[in-house]
Amino acid sequence: MDVLCASVAGTLESSDAQVSIEPGNGKLDLTIESSVLNQFGKQIRATVLETLDRLDVTNAKVTVIDKGALSCTLKARVEGAVFRASGYTEDDIAAGKKLPWGGAIR
Amino acid sequence: MINNPNLTRLRRSMMFLNAQKPGLIKDPFIYKPDSIMLDLEDAVAENQKDAARYSLYHALKEINYHGVERVVRINGLETAHWKEDIRVCVAGRCDSIRISKCESAADVIAVEEEMKKAEAEFGVEHGEILIMAALESTKGVLNALEICQASPLLFGIALSGGDYTKDLQTVISGTGVEFAWARGQMINAARCAGKQCFDTVFTNLDDMEGFRKETEMIKMMGFDGKSIVNPRQIAVCHEVFTPTQKQIIQAEKIVKEVDEKKAMGIGVFTVDGKMIDIAFYPGAKRTIELAKAAGVYEGDL
Repeated sequence: MDVLCASVAGTLESSDAQVSIEPGNGKLDLTIESSVLNQFGKQIRATVLETLDRLDVTNAKVTVIDKGALSCTLKARVEGAVFRASGYTEDDIAAGKKLPWGGAIR
Repeated sequence: MINNPNLTRLRRSMMFLNAQKPGLIKDPFIYKPDSIMLDLEDAVAENQKDAARYSLYHALKEINYHGVERVVRINGLETAHWKEDIRVCVAGRCDSIRISKCESAADVIAVEEEMKKAEAEFGVEHGEILIMAALESTKGVLNALEICQASPLLFGIALSGGDYTKDLQTVISGTGVEFAWARGQMINAARCAGKQCFDTVFTNLDDMEGFRKETEMIKMMGFDGKSIVNPRQIAVCHEVFTPTQKQIIQAEKIVKEVDEKKAMGIGVFTVDGKMIDIAFYPGAKRTIELAKAAGVYEGDL
């Protein structure tokens, strides 16, 4: 998916993560901030990269501020930011543009 | 004919949770409500409807709720969101879908039709996911019976008091007078159609005595359970809706005596000084079933 504009999903509340995304400079650039970076940094990074890979995002600047999110939350926030950045609106969805549940979203 | 044991499962407490809040949806099973209602509707701000669905999908797929029923409250049929809400519910295989602002049998049928499309798309068997309807308007409450009879997937109806009182042009008083007719109408309709019936939320979390009184009243009216907004309300709700040991022993006696006396050709008799006949049998049976479902029955019936 192409990242067309900057977007954000998620919050800075406990158990959540805030994912920001913007168009890249020809590559994927990932920054992670987390209070549990020492223990879970590798896992967080792997989950975010796998999710971006499934969504076929290869050219973007992605920032994750993790507040102790489970992997299901990390995935949801990355997807939220990516679909927003690629121009999926509720109006498009209502008009019949379907989200790939169980496909690229899983 | 739908053969899904969830149609009649125990639902004393149905707890609302905002599907968009990771801190709420990660472990609500520790409080042991009978059902959780993951909310995509009013608790989710209009500009977060998309984010709530991703959050819901992964929660349904990845979090083990330890047997607590996973109901999802979808957005109303007047919104742009409800069809995609149904797709995500079916793809994530929730247990039940709660229709908000349901006003007619046609609303239930419209939801069932969208569910069928999504079931075909995601390979989910028809009948695996059930429906409940929230009645939130004067029209919805007036149409309670046709709503109850609209679909074999529908297990019950719930009163949603906030919107209903707005429609009535009154407020929630704490006395229950504003809900008296709606509650009576709904429990009658539900029982007439063989469905379950659930009461509205009680929002004053500091008034536990008021919460208990209201729960005892709706239990006495015939309701199966109550929508709740906080884990603190679960214990009281379960206490009110679970038969006491005294009630269980009494029910056991009635069931055993009716069976025995029937074989002897006797129709009416006394148990502990009270007149008993066949009319008491279904109620006693129900007490035993409720006690079994709640895990407090130790007898041999």
